[in-house]
This record gives sequence, C-alpha cells and structure tokens, in this order.
Amino acid sequence: MKVLVAVKQVAVLGDEVEFTEDEREVDPDYLDFALNEWDSYATEEALRLVEAAGSGEVVVVTVGDEDAEDCMRRCLAMGADRGIRVEAVRTLDPIQVARALAEVVQSESPDLVFAGVQSSDSVQAATGGALAGLLDMPSVAVVTKIELGEGKATVNRELEGGLVDVVEVDTPAVITIQTGINEPRYATLRAIKQAEEKEIEVRQPGDLGPQAQRVRRMFVPPKGEGAEMLDGGAAEVAHRIQEIVQEKLA
Amino acid sequence: MSILIVAEHRRGKVRPITLEMVSAAKELGDETVVAVIAKDPATLADQVDVEGVREIVCVKVDPEGFENDVVREALEQLISDREPDVVLVGFSIDSMGFGPALAAKLGLGFASDVFALRRDGDDLVAERSFYGSKVNAELDFPNSERVLLMIRPTAWPPAEGEGAAISAELDVTISGSRARHVDFHEVAASEDVDITGADFLLSVGRGVGEKENLGQFEGLADKMGATLSVSRPLVDQGWMPSSRQVGQSGKTVKPKVYLALGISGAVQHLAGMKTSGTIIAINTDPEAAIFNVAHYGAVADLFEVAEELEKLY
Ligand SMILES: Cc1cc2nc3c(=O)[nH]c(=O)nc-3n(C[C@H](O)[C@H](O)[C@H](O)COP(=O)(O)OP(=O)(O)OC[C@H]3O[C@@H](n4cnc5c(N)ncnc54)[C@H](O)[C@@H]3O)c2cc1C
Ligand SMILES: Nc1ncnc2c1ncn2[C@@H]1O[C@H](COP(=O)(O)O)[C@@H](O)[C@H]1O
Repeated sequence: MKVLVAVKQVAVLGDEVEFTEDEREVDPDYLDFALNEWDSYATEEALRLVEAAGSGEVVVVTVGDEDAEDCMRRCLAMGADRGIRVEAVRTLDPIQVARALAEVVQSESPDLVFAGVQSSDSVQAATGGALAGLLDMPSVAVVTKIELGEGKATVNRELEGGLVDVVEVDTPAVITIQTGINEPRYATLRAIKQAEEKEIEVRQPGDLGPQAQRVRRMFVPPKGEGAEMLDGGAAEVAHRIQEIVQEKLA
Repeated sequence: MSILIVAEHRRGKVRPITLEMVSAAKELGDETVVAVIAKDPATLADQVDVEGVREIVCVKVDPEGFENDVVREALEQLISDREPDVVLVGFSIDSMGFGPALAAKLGLGFASDVFALRRDGDDLVAERSFYGSKVNAELDFPNSERVLLMIRPTAWPPAEGEGAAISAELDVTISGSRARHVDFHEVAASEDVDITGADFLLSVGRGVGEKENLGQFEGLADKMGATLSVSRPLVDQGWMPSSRQVGQSGKTVKPKVYLALGISGAVQHLAGMKTSGTIIAINTDPEAAIFNVAHYGAVADLFEVAEELEKLY
C-alpha cells in the first residue's frame, strides 16, 4: 500500500501588507508559513490506511523552494516515510503545480494519491483535480470517508449543506481530502527530531507549461461601506453590542 | 465573446448558481449558451430559460446522479462542438470534480472562486482573492485562447425575466464512469436546536482556542437570549455537533442579529450568513475578512468582550 500525498507550505498574511514593486504579489516579508490545514488531514488519512494495510509507504511531495521543506518535515514527523520536493517558485498556478506533481506520480506509481481540497492561501481547490485530469486518473473531490476494497474504494463526498454522496471509485485514484475526515495526530518531540533524519529528495521539474492564469495586480480590497467600527475598551464595546442587539431585535 | 455555462443541478432541481452564472456572463458577451447535462435534461431546461440565454443545449447521459467522469467527457465534446471563448462552471463541490481536470487536460486558461469579471479590450479580466480573502487580484489569461472559470456562488444575483432561448440537443459518447454514484446520505436530523430559525445567533470560531472555553459561550448565549452557532473547525474537531455549523457545508442562516466572535470570514463561512440582518464581528485582526461583510465591528479580544457582556446580562 503506497499513498502519495501532495502537501503545500501555505502563506499566512498578518495584519499588515505591502506589495512587491510590480504589484503582482505580496512582499514575502509580510508572510508567515505553515503546513496547509487540509494537508495535515490528508497525511493522517494516508498514515491510517498504510497502518491498516500492515505494510507500505506514505510519500509526501511538495512543489516549491527550499523553505517549503518545513511543511514536509511536519508530515515526516507525523510518520510519513519520505519526502520529495520538486524545485519551483512559490507562486505557480494550480495547473502548473499539477504538471510538476504528475511527473512524480508517474515515477512513484502509488495506489492512491491524496491532495487537500484547497490551500488556505490561494483557495484554488484545483490542484488535485488538475492532477487527475493530466494523468487521466479516476478522482473524487471533497472526501470525508474512505473504505478500501479490491481495485476500488467507497468514499463519502461531502456536498453543500452537508449532504453526503456515497461514491464508488476505481483505484488508483486521486482523492481530495476534506477537513474533519479524521483527527490528525500530534508529532512528539522525539518524532520531530527523528524526522530531521528522514530523506527529502530534491528533483528538478520538467516542462511546467504555460501559465493558466497571470496576476495583473494585487491590492487590498476597497473597504466599501464596511463595518462601523466600535471603539473604546472591551466594556464600551460590550455596551454598544447590547444597545445594537436590543434595537435590532425590537 | 461566446460563453458556455454548465448548468448545475441536483436531484431534479437546477441549483441557484446556474442563474447566477447567466448574470455573470452578461458582463462578457451576449452569446450565452447553457448546457444541461443530465439523464433527463428536457425536464430541467425550463428552469434555465431566462433572459440572456440564447440557446439551451440538452445533453443526455446515463447516470441518475452527478458523476465527474461523465460530465467531464460530455463537456469536452460540447467544447469541441461549440468552441466557446469562455466556459463557466460553479465554484461548487460538483464542479471541483471535473472543472480543473478538464482545464488541465485541454490546456485552458483557468481561475476559480471568481467573483468579478470584465472585459478590457479583447482581454478577459477576472477577480478573485488570495491570502485569507485579505488581498484581491485581477487575473488575465495571455496564454490561452479559451478559459474555464469557476464562479463564486452568490457573487451575482440570479438572472430573471422570461427567456426565449432556442433549444438544441447534442449526442455525446461516454466511455465509462470510474467514480460512480451509489447513494445519498441525508444529514442526520439531530435532536439539537435548529439554528436556521433563530433571531439572534452568537457564533464562535477558532478564535476560542480550546474546547474548554466553549462552555463559557454556551452560558453567555443563554444569558443574552441567543442561540449558539459555530464555524466549521469547531465541528471538525468534534467540539460541537454539525447541526450548529454555519456555512456552505453547514446551515444557511439569516437571523436578525449575527454576532461573530473569533471568525475570520472565509468564503465558505460567509456563504452561510452574509445575508443576516445585522452582523457584528469581534476579531483581534483588523484586516480579518469578516469586517468586509459586518455592519459593526470591533478589533478586540473576544474573551474580554465576553466577560463584559456577562456583566451586562
Ligand atoms: C468545501 C468546503 C466547505 C466548507 N464549509 C464551511 C462551512 O460550512 N462553515 C465554515 O465555517 N467553514 C467552512 N469551510 C472552512 C473555511 O474555509 C474556513 O477554514 C473556516 O471557516 C475557518 O473558520 P474560523 O474563521 O473559525 O477559523 P480561522 O480562519 O482560523 O479564524 C479564526 C479567527 O479568530 C481570530 N482570533 C483569534 N484569537 C482571537 C481572540 N482572542 N479574540 C478575537 N479574535 C480572535 C483570528 O484573528 C482569526 O480571524 C469549508 C471549506 C471547504 C473547502
Ligand atoms: N505547491 C504545492 N505542492 C504540493 N502540493 C500542492 C501545492 N499546491 C497545492 N497543492 C495540493 O493541492 C491541494 C489544493 O490546493 P489548491 O488547488 O491550491 O487550493 C493542497 O491541499 C495540496 O494537497
């Protein structure tokens, strides 16, 4: 049982922002980085499936620069066996990322490929699907439960309003994992230390193809009418909330 | 520009995003074709015949429910038959199953969660956000002759007005379906409260930090005469039942007052509450996206505000 998990180091913007000179990106000085929330659930699900199978391997793959290895170390500390990083800039579009991932999937021939439903910094919700399209693999998006069978899996696809669509999918397949599917384990300090010893192989990408989208400019959204801000300390804010609630419920 | 819209439907009903996409298409051109890919498309075609639609193409396929391989293959043949400049699909769970796959396979220009569109000369410009909805970006597609866009639900009003679309059919060949619909599971009806009926929701998000802190807010909601609701992470972690969840995959609510404590304002959360009568948001982050939809906001610590509210009620 071999599961390949695509994991992304996502950027988190604080309460201040500046843009690069050409206004096409956020100045990286204003960004913090973390493992994408969805990808920790995907890694956990892969670990559980391999543990249940009794043997196998969880391989985590990221497309990015050297800093992006931090997110893979987190997954290795959770128990993933090894990592592969495809050298690339942080700001590829999802289809380009999928092209880079596709080469790795082809060379690794896993039984299942997992991606997160979406990355919290770009919310494309597209990379896993694009990967399936490039490789012409079966796929299911937004999955909250997986039961493995012979050459197929029965999965729950979570629809709007929480309705569940039970789907039978042929495997190998690409599955995008939704939060809440499991409870991701914490890495112990010992595991974090051990993860430093695990292998991360660096590969050069092949042809990433043309950009599927180009950023013309980035900007802070105009506030519009926006909220009327309540000033003062907590006591004053609470007092105003009481007044507003009273008035609106009347 | 010629536009092909893929109608979305579930269990015999066209979903609202479909008519919203007709409105979105009006920003770009007047050659709008709506494709209904279904087992029995003729029964759905009426629901999409609104002003602005030139043609409705019925595409008959076998499966009763949505299956991503089937829609992807049908759409691929529709595209080669109609050669549209722009393909619009919803930014929805179904479309996530075939939209990005087809865009990648055919090498189309692509963007998802698009909430504004315009033409700039011959160029198509789409707007979406990045970085927790704190930054917006204008995108264009200089490398692509054809573009597939996934449209954010509720970004446009549904198109209305009587239509006079001509109707057509397209025969497609489907080679197989590798992800097959088996069954629907209803969300278990819970004995817990119905948050959709409440006039006043006190809604807490991940800002509460720990499960142990939740009790305090249950108490506060009680005192204030509010019903407690939550954002998704609290349900994911098993702290609260899903019947209390507001948002795209939870409940859509429209109370008179929605008081949001420690909720960032992710698009899927806003989808479930942004039409509330009065939205009050408390967040320590002055740039949190929730302030863009709130009527009143305070940059403050939710625990401090909660403590003061305790004293008042
Ligand atoms: C297909 C799909 C469906 C989804 N459906 C839903 C849905 O139905 N409902 C939903 O909610 N989400 C849904 N999500 C998840 C959504 O994308 C977000 O991850 C989620 O809404 C974030 O919840 P949050 O705002 O509570 O947490 P966060 O985004 O982590 O925000 C926490 C906020 O609390 C603030 N904060 C922290 N400490 C304090 C303090 N002491 N005082 C005041 N403020 C504080 C922070 O500044 C931050 O803004 C869905 C996602 C997908 C992909
Ligand atoms: N640079 C990347 N490297 C590896 N996986 C990625 C990368 N970007 C996105 N992914 C995967 O695709 C999922 C969805 O991301 P997105 O399509 O950007 O919303 C993530 O949860 C990851 O599993």
